[in-house]
Amino acid sequence: MLRRRALTGDAVSHAALPGVCVAFLVAGERRLPILLFGAFLSGLLGAMTISALRRWTRIKEDAAVGIVLSVFVGAGFALSRIIQGSVTGGSKAGLNSYILGKTAGMIAQDVYLISATALLCLVLVVLLYKEFKLISFDAGFARVQGWPAQPLDLLLMALLAATVVIGLPAVGAVLMAALLILPAATARLWTDRLGTMLLLAAGFGAATGAAGTLLSASHEKLPAGPVIVLAGASFFLASLFLAPRRGLVAGLLARLRFERELQERYLLRVLFDLVEPQGSDHGSQNGPTTVSFDDLLGRRSWGRSRLARLLARAVRQGHLEWCGADRYALTEAGLRRAAAVARGHRLWALFLTEYADLAAGTANLAEESVESLLPPDVVADLYRKLDQPEAQARGALSPRAQ
Amino acid sequence: MEPLLDIHDVTVAYHRRPVLWDVDLTLTEPRLIGIVGPNGAGKSTLLKAILGLVPLASGEVRLFGRPVAEQRRRIGYVPQRESVDWDFPVNVLDVVLMGTYGRLGWFRRPGRKERARARECLGKVGIGELAQRQIGQLSGGQQQRTFLARALAQQADVYFMDEPMAGVDAATERAIFTLLHELRDQGKAVLVVHHDLRTVPQYFDHVILLNMRLVASGPTTEVFTPDNLRKTYGGRLSVLDSAGEALRAASGD
Amino acid sequence: MSDFLDLLGLGPLALRAIIMAVVCSVACALLGCYLVLRRMSLIGDAISHAVLPGIVLGYLLSGQVGGLPVIAGAMALGFLTAYLTEALRSSGKVAEDSSMGIVFTSLFAVGVLMVTRAGNVDLDPSCVLYGNLLHAALQTVPMIGLQVPVALKGMLIALAATLLFVALFWKELKVTSFDPALATSMGINAALVNYLLMSMVGGVTVAAFEAVGSILVIAMLIVPAACAQLLTDRLGVMLLLASMVAALSAVLGYLSAEWLNTTPAGMMAVWAGLLFLAAVLFAPRHGVLSRIVRNARLGIRIAGEDVIATLYRVEEAKGRGERPDTALPIAEARRATHGLAGWLAVPSLWRHGQVRFVGRGRIELTEEGRRRAEALVRAHRLWEAYLGENLSLPADHLHEPAERMEHFLDPRLMDEIAAQLRQRETDPHGRRIP
Repeated sequence: MLRRRALTGDAVSHAALPGVCVAFLVAGERRLPILLFGAFLSGLLGAMTISALRRWTRIKEDAAVGIVLSVFVGAGFALSRIIQGSVTGGSKAGLNSYILGKTAGMIAQDVYLISATALLCLVLVVLLYKEFKLISFDAGFARVQGWPAQPLDLLLMALLAATVVIGLPAVGAVLMAALLILPAATARLWTDRLGTMLLLAAGFGAATGAAGTLLSASHEKLPAGPVIVLAGASFFLASLFLAPRRGLVAGLLARLRFERELQERYLLRVLFDLVEPQGSDHGSQNGPTTVSFDDLLGRRSWGRSRLARLLARAVRQGHLEWCGADRYALTEAGLRRAAAVARGHRLWALFLTEYADLAAGTANLAEESVESLLPPDVVADLYRKLDQPEAQARGALSPRAQ
Repeated sequence: MEPLLDIHDVTVAYHRRPVLWDVDLTLTEPRLIGIVGPNGAGKSTLLKAILGLVPLASGEVRLFGRPVAEQRRRIGYVPQRESVDWDFPVNVLDVVLMGTYGRLGWFRRPGRKERARARECLGKVGIGELAQRQIGQLSGGQQQRTFLARALAQQADVYFMDEPMAGVDAATERAIFTLLHELRDQGKAVLVVHHDLRTVPQYFDHVILLNMRLVASGPTTEVFTPDNLRKTYGGRLSVLDSAGEALRAASGD
Repeated sequence: MSDFLDLLGLGPLALRAIIMAVVCSVACALLGCYLVLRRMSLIGDAISHAVLPGIVLGYLLSGQVGGLPVIAGAMALGFLTAYLTEALRSSGKVAEDSSMGIVFTSLFAVGVLMVTRAGNVDLDPSCVLYGNLLHAALQTVPMIGLQVPVALKGMLIALAATLLFVALFWKELKVTSFDPALATSMGINAALVNYLLMSMVGGVTVAAFEAVGSILVIAMLIVPAACAQLLTDRLGVMLLLASMVAALSAVLGYLSAEWLNTTPAGMMAVWAGLLFLAAVLFAPRHGVLSRIVRNARLGIRIAGEDVIATLYRVEEAKGRGERPDTALPIAEARRATHGLAGWLAVPSLWRHGQVRFVGRGRIELTEEGRRRAEALVRAHRLWEAYLGENLSLPADHLHEPAERMEHFLDPRLMDEIAAQLRQRETDPHGRRIP
């Protein structure tokens, strides 16, 4: 999933189908190891076809995946029907379950084999953890560093194919994709670290499988495959909403808080701008002067009702006083806060022009001022420039923070 | 008269990272306007914000005194060349014809009149003979000319062009430049995102210097000064040198 | 007509089945072209799976398998899939392909559950998954004096709707597929067009289920379109070609399935895949084979040019009195070349009358060959001179770039360089520029 190849997994799982059929035809009976080997080979062939199409033709990746997926499945269907025609008896039952999945239909021997393969994959992933991380992140860099990117990539694909193939008997090809994507996507919501993510994904995968199987076993007429997928989907949905930092709820709250804060700062800044010249005209720095609602309305592109809400909140917070006739005045505390906000903003502005080359990397709307983001010497330099008479002459009067 | 373009208080942010910050800008007269600034300064984003292609965190944009959504027919747009799939199965004439779609409205198909206009526009940019060529077989300069012809076919009053001179040959750059001047002389406004400081004084009447915040906007002779450039680009000496060269060349003319 | 069918061993039943297969695969292929061009092929797959709950709902509401309620349900689900995928993606938490995978597998799982839970529902899951052409061909109703399969009606409606959709929204579909930003800046609602397209895909998908089943609809959507994309550079032609490929694979698929006694749906996908493979290999401009041939031709041309340039230098050497004659043994004339192209170069030159054999395996330039060689050597030395003058490279670094450039300099560029060099007579090695 990390390599934005979630659906390659889907294609590989579908591509495995004709391999199963061919293996069946060759072996003549349903023996899981042989079938799995056939599935593995044709899955790998599918994965390689996708890369080849992408590299050698103008076909884009998505279409390549779609083509491999559908054509291989088509071949698989056709073959399986031929098998059903030629082989008598119930031995074909095993094939059908590859598509829809039939957890309960597995025999003990199958389980051992699947477990062994799963373990092998796990060991390989652990051993080659660093290498996989590198090629997932930056294949070009890996190649320059002298890692054999091509074989590693192939190995990763093979592992994918193997994982998919051993999962097939349990859930079937269609729902395999869900099992590949869901745990990884869920884990991604909880963490930013690859190691933790892998662990979590494994955990979620196990939980999903367990929950789905239990649910399906306890009720009649609940096929395991879909239930497992839905269990995974519920885990994902729950995480999507509730995960601490990347979850939607957390994100929404943070955004609302952020936007409100931003608006508040805008308001205070505008107020300060309006108050400041009047204050200095009268020669008194802190004489609160009133500002009318309509004055404020014209200053920025905010609607009437939004401005009214903002003002009401500012009054509640004690930054503003309502002086009747739609006029407002900054309180003592409000003036101090407004001065701080305006100063912070002017520092930002100054920083962006004085250190234009650094600006793009550091700019952050969430920060009221640059002070916390920059090295002290830069901040000191900015303070100095902000207080310079020349800067004041340009109109950037320096409001002194208390 | 309503101002041509009125950008009020526009902030655009991806998550918390501002791309444009409190941009206030009013353009009154149709001119040939260059938008200049370092990489990541939000030049393309400014165009997209004006055209309504990116959501605004705050602020509003008005074109001829009305919201841009109501003025679509007066706008011509030249996106960056990399923004489309050049393998797409259309030929040059088809692409230019797309410029007429906006005026046609839903369901109507381009007819003989539109075809004639598209051919005329292709002629104007000097690639009339390539009309039937598949777009993937064009050189970079020819692709750019195709996009310009398409913008001409939009018959707009204001043109927005995103780096039309990036990665084209010298002949194409000259041709584009001549065309832009013709448009200006017909009373159209042309806003061009431009990356080559050396040619700014030579090409544009009006410059907008942008580095996330609006640094300056005004006639090139007044605004395109070393001081303003330093505010836009920071202390990148090589850039300033080349700009200084350009300034000297311009004043020597 | 009936004789012909008898010859193939096909009855009217098979004819109906084939017609159905052709109708629905053409409808799929038309929409598929847009999916491929928009790089949204996989959402076709996603939708074809995700419509399952819509079908079941439509069925439960109306009590019949075919018909408008089911198609409406499928269209709604098509829209829903596209919408949910977009919503998940734009939440910024999940990559696009993952979000698509999550949406469609979950919806599909819901659908499978609904089918199995609905119990007495006469909706055979395997029929939805794999389709059953013959079964569909058996259930007929009279229509304009003919026995027409029930399902064909739905498919014909789907095809007609698709044709109408493509015709009406031709320019909107085109411009939003090519350049959505431009479309938006012109006031064409790209998102709306997109959702319309997705709903159409949902509807057509479900109409096609009876022929090919849900899993293989993707084959009919994507493969003919991709095939056509390799064959042409015009959108209209692409739609036409995709339809033809789709129809062809439907017919061939059905016939071969009959012959092999297997499922037509699978064979249709296989034939589409084979046709695609043929296009990959043999497409006139974008095919692998034509590219190999082009490269080989270029290789032979370059090798040939190296040979005649070598011969030209020999003639020069004779002019300076360093050699007795102008002919060279083939092996020696070929020393600047390598590989297969080198072997093929001399016969090719001889066929074009640029070299002639002068006995004992030796060759020399003809008059025509000399003219071409002169131009080449001129290109080579001009380039050396140009590089030497403008990049001030040391003289021993000049030969190799010139060796490559000499094959690609056209006369106009050469004249330009020559003009810039102000009629220099010699290259940096002191040899005359012809």
